[in-house]
Amino acid sequence: MTTDTSRTARKRIHLAAHFPGVNSTTVWTDPRSKSQIDFSSFEALARTAERGKFDFFFLAEGLRLREHKGLIHDLDVVGRPESLTVLSALAAVTDRLGLAATVNATFNEPYELARRLATLDHLSAGRAAWNVVTSSDAFTGENFRRGGYLDRADRYTRAAEFVATARELWDSWTPPAPGAPYGTPRPFAHSGRQFEIEGEFTVPRSPQGHPVVIQAGDSEEGREFAASAADVIFTRHGTLEAGREFYADTKSRLAKYGRDPDDLKIMPGVTVVLGDSDAEAQERAAGIRRQQVSPQNAILALEQVWGRDLSAYDPDGPLPGIDPDPDSALVQGRVRIGDPLAVAAKWRALSEAKGLSIRQTVIETTARQSFIGTPEGVAESLDTFVRTGAADGFILVPHLTPGGLDDFVDRVVPLLQERGAFRTEYEGATLRSHLGLPAPEWKGSAA
Amino acid sequence: MSATRPPHRPRHNPPHNPPHRPLYLAAEIGGQRSFDAAGYVELARLAERGALDFVTLQDSFARPGPDALAVLSRVAPATERIGLVPTVTTTHTEPFHVSAAVATLDWVSRGRAGWLVDVSTTPAEARLFGRRPAASVPALWQEAGEVAEVAARLWDSWEDDAEIRDTSTGRFIDRGKLHYVDFEGATFTVRGPSIVPRPPQGHPVTVVDATEGHSRETAARHADVVLVRAGRPDEAAAISEKLRSRAADHGRDPGTLRVLAALTIDLGDGERPVEPGLESAPRTTAGDTGPHYRGGPVDLADLITSWHGTGAVDGFHLTPAEPRRDLERLVNGTVALLQHRSLFRTFHPGGTLREHLSLARPANQYAPAGGTS
Ligand SMILES: Cc1cc2nc3c(=O)[nH]c(=O)nc-3n(C[C@H](O)[C@H](O)[C@H](O)COP(=O)(O)O)c2cc1C
Repeated sequence: MTTDTSRTARKRIHLAAHFPGVNSTTVWTDPRSKSQIDFSSFEALARTAERGKFDFFFLAEGLRLREHKGLIHDLDVVGRPESLTVLSALAAVTDRLGLAATVNATFNEPYELARRLATLDHLSAGRAAWNVVTSSDAFTGENFRRGGYLDRADRYTRAAEFVATARELWDSWTPPAPGAPYGTPRPFAHSGRQFEIEGEFTVPRSPQGHPVVIQAGDSEEGREFAASAADVIFTRHGTLEAGREFYADTKSRLAKYGRDPDDLKIMPGVTVVLGDSDAEAQERAAGIRRQQVSPQNAILALEQVWGRDLSAYDPDGPLPGIDPDPDSALVQGRVRIGDPLAVAAKWRALSEAKGLSIRQTVIETTARQSFIGTPEGVAESLDTFVRTGAADGFILVPHLTPGGLDDFVDRVVPLLQERGAFRTEYEGATLRSHLGLPAPEWKGSAA
Repeated sequence: MSATRPPHRPRHNPPHNPPHRPLYLAAEIGGQRSFDAAGYVELARLAERGALDFVTLQDSFARPGPDALAVLSRVAPATERIGLVPTVTTTHTEPFHVSAAVATLDWVSRGRAGWLVDVSTTPAEARLFGRRPAASVPALWQEAGEVAEVAARLWDSWEDDAEIRDTSTGRFIDRGKLHYVDFEGATFTVRGPSIVPRPPQGHPVTVVDATEGHSRETAARHADVVLVRAGRPDEAAAISEKLRSRAADHGRDPGTLRVLAALTIDLGDGERPVEPGLESAPRTTAGDTGPHYRGGPVDLADLITSWHGTGAVDGFHLTPAEPRRDLERLVNGTVALLQHRSLFRTFHPGGTLREHLSLARPANQYAPAGGTS
């Protein structure tokens, strides 16, 4: 399936709704911010996404609460439900929306997870997706039987074999005979470096054949794994230049696995701020940044770079004179900053050049919103990204629970539809059909 | 709802038979060999119409069937009051995941979750995971007890008022109200705290089938609801008595244990009287299906009335031999008659499964003594 511009007038954008995460992007101090755990919040955002004809709804996962300076991090929203269980419930209150769960390949086993995913695919009539993440840290491992048993170098070896094994299980029942609801189970046996398992799977081949597989990870190994095995990449490369580079790089890796560029959709996680004018949108965006970077969060962001206790510093005062500790273990449960000395140098230079306080520097340097503007301007930019090979679509990350995408759905989606850049109705019933992904071929039983 | 803890060694109340001792009823909705949601939703709604306390959905890695907890999560938004109790096996699943999934079922159902603790005993099941050989049944039940304990600790690892949203200090939670559980069992350790805030019921309801002898200790220690299998009321009374006395040995108030007689019901014969010689006793068949009732819905109502009347059990867990047909006859026949006789509720006055079962919301084991939790 190649992109034939004469046939498809315009490349269609894919959209997903990310439930607000447990980090400082999510603003809880706003009076409109509602519960991060009540089912009503999940239902509300999922219904909004379905009203907007989104491809899917997305849940992130973290298996250990984040810590800072040896204490549970207390400044951001925290506490969330278990993804697959919530999505099973959301299948009851939505009809077409895809349902994507982030689930760790390190702290699960193929038989059970493949079974839970196939169950969700049945219960939702073909709308399940799995975002495969890996982690190998002993910190998270402390919550599990085997502890931090996996070497970091093996994180994708395990993930790749995990996905391959899951596909064997999903293929282990025969496809249903004409007129029958289900096929028949056949024994499977998988023997590999990571898994040595055999028996019979308890769930028939599901409506999508295989649930959609998403990958989120940025390393060389991560990209290669995505190129070989994933249907969608969730990436952080949300600017036009970085997006194009990432897009070209990943798509070029597909051929060696016998895959077409269209078989892997690239969807950066992005944030959007709307206004009636550009100036108003910019002002709103700045206001949200100030909400996200509270004085306490500014010090924390600084400590994450410096790897030192900086609680004595005034967030409205200048940056510390001392250098970062590159070997610090201050922060646990989130990705460590690559080169703290270089980051600190950059922050200092900026602070001196513009006369910025700690808090202002953090606001300036940490992620600002991806798309800021009028609905027309934002629709235009999104379309440009997709038309010029920077993305196939977007995973929208709202800053408010659960109403953070209302404006986007009410004001931007209709403009995308007018442009012919986004669907006006769901055409198929499954997530695969929304994404334009081919049905996986049945590979038969391994035994 | 009182926050007082039970006394360390409560006095064991002898079988009680006050005039309005409530009757508790539950039904199994599995056995249809179906993987889409419609059939399960329909049966759960039918049971809800009968104001039953809860439905169970069996699960096993050893035979075809969907993940039961996911199915009941799918059922949750399609129902309003009925309790939802999937079988959850503890042998091969990570205890941390078990606790989070059951807590989440409680969140999505707004306080109607339970779990029926079970173990996977066969070498064939162990080979599906390839992690360790099958352990002995006593060891598996010992481990199941540890999983139940760590699950409860994880549910308590967030105090109810841990979320403070204090804008003046920028703190979303009071981390002093989050707790490491640092559990060390024979086969696993868990650090905690949970990633899921304390569920609406505090602890979702723990159900244990105490038919298998090795499960009885786990039941006595951890279960809120125990299923027992007996052919006669006096047999059931003897088992209940033992369970309550063991529960008391573990420092529990035996009055908080709900003992339900598990019975397979075959109502296919309409109003044909029960077979001669059995009077109102169910026929006990050989094999592992346990006691089996075959007869009409009216006689089943009489049987339930008489067993419950002796104080032998607090209620019944009924497994229809033919899922749809027998659940319909149970609700429209047996339950309707029990309601008419004022022996069973006609609607759910409470919103949570604990409320249906007259079980208090448990105090948090990590909250300061005397504090509300
Ligand atoms: C956009 C994005 C979202 C991610 N979301 C999660 C998540 O929800 N849970 C998680 O455990 N890891 C998450 N990760 C981490 C990755 O799965 C992966 O484990 C990590 O990036 C290490 O892989 P890498 O070295 O290839 O980057 C995310 C990564 C990216 C890029």
